[in-house]
Amino acid sequence: MKTTLTVNGQLRHLDADPRTTLLDALRNHLNLTGSKKGCDHGQCGACTVIVNGRRINSCLSLACMHDSDEVVTIEGIGTPEHLSALQQAFVSHDGFQCGFCTPGQICSATAMLDEVEAGWPSHVSADVTAKQDLTVEEISERMSGNLCRCSAYPNIVDAIMDVAGSAKR
Amino acid sequence: MTLHLKMDDRDDRYRLDDMVQGLVGTPTDRPEGKLKVSGKASYAMDVLPDDVCHGVLVRATITHGKLRDLDTEAVRALPGIRTVITGKRMLRNPAQGMAGKAPVQGSDDIAYFGQPVALVVADTLEQARHGALALRLTLEAKGDAVVNPHDPDASVEMPKKEQVLIGDLDEAMKKAAFSVDQHYTTPGHSSAAMEPHASVAHWHGDSVTLRGSYQMLAYNKAELADALGISEKNVRILAPYVGGGFGAKLGISPEAVAAALASKELGVPVAVSMTRQQVFETTMRRSETNQRIRLAADENGLLTGIGHEALVSNLPGEDFSEPVTQATPFLYRGENREIVHKIARIHRTCAGSVRAPGEAVGLTVLEIAMDELAEKAGIDPVELRKKNIPDQDPTDQIPFSSHALAEALDEGARRFGWDKRNPKPRSTRDGEWFVGMGMASAVRVNMLIESKARVTLSADGRAMIETDMTDIGTGTYAILGQIAGEMLGLPMEDVETRLGDTEFPPASGSGGSFGAASNGTAVLLGCEEIRRQLCKKLNCEDADMTLKGGYAIVGNKRIALRDVLDGDTLVGEGHVQPGKAEKKVRQATYGSYFAEVGVNSVTGETRLRRMLGVFAAGRILNAKTARSQCLGGMTFGIGMALTEELIHDRRDGHMVNHDFAEYHLPVNADVPQIEVVLLEERDEWANPLQAKGIGELGICGAAGSIVNAIYNACGVRVRQLPATLDKVIDGLDEAT
Repeated sequence: MKTTLTVNGQLRHLDADPRTTLLDALRNHLNLTGSKKGCDHGQCGACTVIVNGRRINSCLSLACMHDSDEVVTIEGIGTPEHLSALQQAFVSHDGFQCGFCTPGQICSATAMLDEVEAGWPSHVSADVTAKQDLTVEEISERMSGNLCRCSAYPNIVDAIMDVAGSAKR
Repeated sequence: MTLHLKMDDRDDRYRLDDMVQGLVGTPTDRPEGKLKVSGKASYAMDVLPDDVCHGVLVRATITHGKLRDLDTEAVRALPGIRTVITGKRMLRNPAQGMAGKAPVQGSDDIAYFGQPVALVVADTLEQARHGALALRLTLEAKGDAVVNPHDPDASVEMPKKEQVLIGDLDEAMKKAAFSVDQHYTTPGHSSAAMEPHASVAHWHGDSVTLRGSYQMLAYNKAELADALGISEKNVRILAPYVGGGFGAKLGISPEAVAAALASKELGVPVAVSMTRQQVFETTMRRSETNQRIRLAADENGLLTGIGHEALVSNLPGEDFSEPVTQATPFLYRGENREIVHKIARIHRTCAGSVRAPGEAVGLTVLEIAMDELAEKAGIDPVELRKKNIPDQDPTDQIPFSSHALAEALDEGARRFGWDKRNPKPRSTRDGEWFVGMGMASAVRVNMLIESKARVTLSADGRAMIETDMTDIGTGTYAILGQIAGEMLGLPMEDVETRLGDTEFPPASGSGGSFGAASNGTAVLLGCEEIRRQLCKKLNCEDADMTLKGGYAIVGNKRIALRDVLDGDTLVGEGHVQPGKAEKKVRQATYGSYFAEVGVNSVTGETRLRRMLGVFAAGRILNAKTARSQCLGGMTFGIGMALTEELIHDRRDGHMVNHDFAEYHLPVNADVPQIEVVLLEERDEWANPLQAKGIGELGICGAAGSIVNAIYNACGVRVRQLPATLDKVIDGLDEAT
């Protein structure tokens, strides 16, 4: 099935089995293996990518549903030579161990900061209409869709806190 | 060329302390970190050859019986299907850790619900998945499958060497001023590493290369060769990055053998990744445990007797059994001791190593019992533990090596504000929450495993480490680079570490917390050999040579290493083996946990508010990665205390909650900003690094501190883990 999408700023043409998930399309057809498959059921968040500005589990949607969509994967956020501020903060704060959930965590955190900027409340927000401060509780809550069995959670929170206040992300 | 060390005695040379590069111990960033955060670290399924075929495993849906037939013809007729693999070489379950040979093989005999019996291979993943779903199996169930460890029909073994009887515990219990005699249960656990078990196999002639997600490559190579019936020489395994293991990837698993068989038949590379459900069902589970603890103490709270009985389970024919009582013989004093270890043979998913087999669940329960004793005796829980620290191993009657339990208890109590705890349950309230504090000791046995590494100092003055060691998130890339940099006087960026390839010298692998110390020692020895060669070139003694920042300093001369090498490349291999040292002294790591919880008085829900761990594990090689290992261990403890529980259907033993929607790992919001304190320590008996393992220490007993905090908060003593809200709320009425 022919699908055209913009991935990390580049127009990509795909001709894949209609059963192909966005995650498998990225990994197996477009050779973007930074996004990981931890559960294939939307339960772990390792496959998180940003579609049209919002974070989604790429394993839960079919590639053919994303015709003309804009997709950003971890490869589009930064490279080893030019890390984003969040990526660098994850390294400095040891916001990972095995590293398998990390691309998903960073895509998720990148989009999450935009959600906060746009004034979205969360389950732990005391006032859902107020501008949200990025407290430890807010970050933990908003990052709870991304599992990390090595449990770098406290370090992930520190890394995000480090970057959240500054405009450098 | 090879410097060999058998660890027969203590090593007082403190070689690392002679060095001046200043790398070892520092919180250096992981050198592979930039690759991991940018999606460039390549895990098992990240480098697929262009002509790769995809395989999907098919599982048995009976508990015990025979696979009589498979309708492969119908599946082969589907688009893209290339082959269906089944037969006598398929693995029943993964190899146990360090087996070095194939586990039970053959798809005809089914021993548990979920056993992989076939692999459907197709051009694409989508086609293979469809084929696997469509494959019809003819299965013949035996009606007599025992699936519960308490079933009276279960065959129960009591291996003689696992039982201990010293003195007369019954008599000690009778005479005790204070005693505890309670039963406890812990459920099965899943390692649940984020990367599923996955393998890509590719044959070249008679040799197979397997890119997999494995922890112990030297053993895995032997296991795969044995399973395929070929020579080890014809097997190469690659695992440069491993997306977590926690014990589940110690031994070669069914997908690896199936991928290799399919690739051989088709003549193309074949990739097989388990689904998350298959990871739960067909890789190792931690056994559920049924434990009885007896504690006898005199009027001062001094233990006179300890009894620890455990019933665990495994499949027939498996030699692993969860060593629940591993630390009980030496942690606390007491002249009268009884250890009982029973194994029920049942038809559930194979039981094997999950992070800290033994202490993870055994110590947790012992520490809950100690909290019960503290309350009965009216002694502070920290004091009770401190006064029961023995002078030597009370069972084997040998001295301890470094032992910092008392210091960890004191330091933890001081930092956590333990003096503010009211020992009376339900004395602190915060709105609708009961608030309480609990604590527990940490202990984990320490091991050294044979390991080799090669260090090359090339003519340009840069060093390279090669070993088939793995980094499963444990920080191997960082700490090996730091050790070599320290010994050779090089900054981190001038040391390259190559791991995860069985073409390199065989290492201990990652498991049992022994990887860093064992393989780190091999690297240290390799560097010592290179230093010997450098001294020869400089015509000096090692003691007169300082290496720093890429220079050698001898007397008043400072010479660039490049100039010393003068075009030569130096190679040093290190080889360490365990020796008599481990019999002469009792080696273990120690620590303490302090937890504060809120228990909701309306719902019975527990929320962890604060947690502190204080740990002593010999020399800390990297303060950053060691801390992260402790955070990870403690979080496993949070899961064990509050949410994690494998549930098996009582009728057929099948795993009911086989994915992350139903088996609840702690998520970010469940984990507060845990504090970790690493105590300064050296253990000369452990190895020449004076370092001990730290990867598992953080889970050993951690859940106990949380369960004890729940009791202090609300007066409900949970003895059946996890402390889910149903159990707590049931007790809330009784406790009022």
